[in-house]
Amino acid sequence: MFFKQITLLVWFSFVLIRFMHISLAAEPLFDIYGFTVTNSLLVSFVVTILLIIIAFSISNNISKKTSRFRAIIEEFFTFILDLAESVGGKGARDFVPLVLTFFFFILLSNWLGLLPGFGSIFLEKVVHGEHEEIPLLRGATADLNTTLALALVSVFAIQYYGVSKLKLPYFKRFFNFSSPVDFFTGILELISEFAKIISFSFRLFGNVFAGEVLLAVVMSLVPVIAPLPFFGLEVFVGFIQALVFAMLTLVFIQLATAGHGGSSDHEGHETGREVEYGN
Amino acid sequence: METEQMKLLATAIVMAIGTIGPALGIGILASKALEAIGRNPEAAGKIQTNMILAIAFTEAIAIYALVIALIIKFV
Repeated sequence: MFFKQITLLVWFSFVLIRFMHISLAAEPLFDIYGFTVTNSLLVSFVVTILLIIIAFSISNNISKKTSRFRAIIEEFFTFILDLAESVGGKGARDFVPLVLTFFFFILLSNWLGLLPGFGSIFLEKVVHGEHEEIPLLRGATADLNTTLALALVSVFAIQYYGVSKLKLPYFKRFFNFSSPVDFFTGILELISEFAKIISFSFRLFGNVFAGEVLLAVVMSLVPVIAPLPFFGLEVFVGFIQALVFAMLTLVFIQLATAGHGGSSDHEGHETGREVEYGN
Repeated sequence: METEQMKLLATAIVMAIGTIGPALGIGILASKALEAIGRNPEAAGKIQTNMILAIAFTEAIAIYALVIALIIKFV
C-alpha cells in the first residue's frame, strides 16, 4: 500500500521533470513578417485565449434562475468585491474589473508555467550557424517584457483614474510651487511614479523567474520526490504575487483618486522609501 | 582575480547581503501580525491583507538586489 504511493510519487516527479536551461531573456522561436515570437509570447497568447474561453463559457452557462453554479459564482464575486472594498475603501468597485483582469491573467500565467512540458520540451534551432536548444514553452510572467507591459498598463491606469477623478488639480501633487517643501515632495512623487513601474515589473518577474531557477536546480540535484514540495511553494507564490499585483494596483488607484486627504501622508512615506532604494 | 570571477563573486555577495534586510523585515512583520491576530482574532482578515501588502513593499528591496545581481551577471 505504502509502496504503491511511493511509486506514484516517483512517476509524478518524472512527469514534472525540468532541465537546467537558465536564460534570463525569452528565446525567439520564429518570425512572422519581422515580428519575433518568443516562447513567452506564445504562452501569453495561450493564456489570453484560455481566459477568453473561460469567461465566455461561464457567462453562457449562468442561468437566469438560481442554480448551484450561479450561487458559487455569486459567492465568489461577493467575496472579491468585499475584499476590494476593505482594501480600497468605498468606490473601489469601479476599478474591480481592471484589477481582477490583472489578477486572473497573472494567476493563470504563473500556474501555467508550472505544468509539465515547460522547460522539458526543446526545439533544435540553428542560430548563426550554431545548433541551439530552445525550450518551446516558457511561463508568460517569466519574461521581463510581459511584466513590464503589465506594469505600464497598471501605472497608466493609475494616472488615468487620477486625472479623470480629480481633473487638473491631480498634477498639483507633482508640480507644487506653494512652498519649497511641497516642491521637493512633488519631485519625489514624480520619481516614485517611475519607481512604481520598476518595482511592479521586477517584483513579478523576479519571483517567477527565481521560482523557475529554483525548480530547475532542485531537479538537477534530486530528480524524484524532492522537487514536489517546491512545486507546492511555487503554486503558493504564484497566487500571492497575482494577489499582490492586483491589490497594489487597487491601493495606488485609490490613493491617486483620493486627493490630498489624510491618507496621502502615508503614501508619501511609503513611496519615499521606494525612491530611496529604487534609484 | 579576473573580471569574470570577480563578477561571479559580486553577484553572490549582492544577493547574500541584499536579502538580509528584507528577511529581517518580513520576519518582524509576520511576528507582529501574528501577535496582533492573537490579540484580536476577529481582525484576522484585515491584518492578513495589510500584512501581505507590507510584505510586498519589503520584498521589493530584495528584488532591487536581484536586479543589481542580474545586471552584474549578464550585462
